[in-house]
Amino acid sequence: MTTAQTLPKAAPAALEVHGVHKWYGTHRVLDGIDLTVRPGEVTVILGPSGSGKSTLLRVVNHLEKPEIGHVSVGGELIGVKRHGDRLKELSERAILAQRGRIGFVFQNFNLFPHLTVLENVAAAPAATGRLTRAAAQELARELLERVGLGDKAGAYPRQLSGGQQQRVAIARALALRPGIILFDEPTSALDPELVGEVLAVIKDLATSGTTLVIVTHEIGFAREVADRVVFIDGGRIVEQGPPGEVLDRPRHARTREFLGKVL
Amino acid sequence: MSEPPGAAVSLAEAPAIADTPSETLSAQRVQPLRRPGRWIVTAAVIVLVAQILHGLVTNPFYQWDRFRYWFLRPTVLDGLLVTLEVAALSAVLGLLGGILLALARLSGSPVLRAASWTYTWLFRSVPLIVVLIFLYNFSALYKTLSLGVPFGPAFVTFDESRLATDMTIAVIGLSLNEAAYAAEVVRGGILSVDQGQHEAAAALGLPKGYQFRRIVFPQALRSITPNYVNQLIGLIKSTSLVFYVSLLDLFGAVQSMGSTYPGDVVPLLMVATVWYLILTSAVSVVQFYVERYYARGATRTLPPTPLQKARAGLAGLRARLSREAAV
Repeated sequence: MTTAQTLPKAAPAALEVHGVHKWYGTHRVLDGIDLTVRPGEVTVILGPSGSGKSTLLRVVNHLEKPEIGHVSVGGELIGVKRHGDRLKELSERAILAQRGRIGFVFQNFNLFPHLTVLENVAAAPAATGRLTRAAAQELARELLERVGLGDKAGAYPRQLSGGQQQRVAIARALALRPGIILFDEPTSALDPELVGEVLAVIKDLATSGTTLVIVTHEIGFAREVADRVVFIDGGRIVEQGPPGEVLDRPRHARTREFLGKVL
Repeated sequence: MSEPPGAAVSLAEAPAIADTPSETLSAQRVQPLRRPGRWIVTAAVIVLVAQILHGLVTNPFYQWDRFRYWFLRPTVLDGLLVTLEVAALSAVLGLLGGILLALARLSGSPVLRAASWTYTWLFRSVPLIVVLIFLYNFSALYKTLSLGVPFGPAFVTFDESRLATDMTIAVIGLSLNEAAYAAEVVRGGILSVDQGQHEAAAALGLPKGYQFRRIVFPQALRSITPNYVNQLIGLIKSTSLVFYVSLLDLFGAVQSMGSTYPGDVVPLLMVATVWYLILTSAVSVVQFYVERYYARGATRTLPPTPLQKARAGLAGLRARLSREAAV
């Protein structure tokens, strides 16, 4: 199989991570990550805590700057621009504009507590001037309907359950009309009985052809929705492939050890 | 239906009283603990307060007729107006200055951080009265102020002695002082906002100004408000110092009347005291509603307004009385 077959030249990769290194002080968090995600693909990233999987996700939308390497989303370099054979950092305004095209869902939801659910979802499209206030609210209502919270538009986030808050956060990410959505352990802060409703919404997105990159500990969910599972340890990709391979017939001892602990 | 707290109380206790026979009721009812110590202290406090009030009313030294005479005199009201004007202007300018200083202190630029720190350090160290008198003599130090290229030609030149009225000096002095304290209050408020909020705002690509104005600052205001009101009450009282830069504020008016009518010094001081009490109370009422407004979303239900509390309390009392009457 050649690269040309798996990666048609016409459509750029939804996400491309190229030789990314990242240090926190002397601690090396990411140690040369290379990853390509095709449009519409659902990628699940697994790994023990401290393996760098959350950092990798945060590097993608430039919440963290990589020290070496670069990331591009939909063929566009993130946070930097090419200047001859060097990379120059973009202005803050340009980075914010790029982030406005990448959905990000946090472990702790991070909804704005002083705004209603509707205002939370409508904020970004209205504030960036992509939609009028009225159109943004219209879109927000539609998206809340889609995540099953059409009746909660006027509520404040703290009046909702964790599962409902996370679904609002997903609607808020969708309001960006993003080419890709990144999920950073979306169900880790939830009570066990609330995990299902959030996974159902993510699964609905997965089947509708949205490009998703999901960091999670839900192995069963990974098996169900992932096109590809990536196992990270010590800031490196240890192995990757279809869930049937990585989860059922892992080739590396580290993967086997990890799966043995979580399954 | 209309008074939920009262309804809740009667619902919880009604079955025990109405539906069960009285023999079992006496076994279920719990005798509240008697607290004789509390009654003794209460009685002592009531006697003390009564004594103070009695003294206030009957001691001829307070001259309440003179108090009535002075309370709404135009001189006093003019002074009050000056106090209000100076306090309001300095409160707004001080807060704006404080926000800028706090942003500078939290910025990535070491020069801005150092400048902000130095400003706060300087103006918190120098007594306000020194700042005011310094400004009063400012025109002797710098005859003219001009806008232009630093060390180069000037475009606009102000005559300092005409620019610096007593009012301007007072407002500038108080604002400079207030900004130093407000800076720390605002900085504390901004730091109290969860880091996740900054990240979420950044991840959504919200413009930088919007992030501050609509996401971070409104949440910071929740902790800024009580602290800043504390500052504000201090500020209202510090306005009495402007008397020393020959501005006749409330205190100044009272003071100058007191030297003209030496026999009325005590009633005049009482006039000032009552007006300052009124101003502080008004600020506290505003504070309650501002805090309630910024509590939206932070608590699941908003705290009740005094009116709602009074209504609920009355309903609870009525429910208890009717229950006792039934027993």
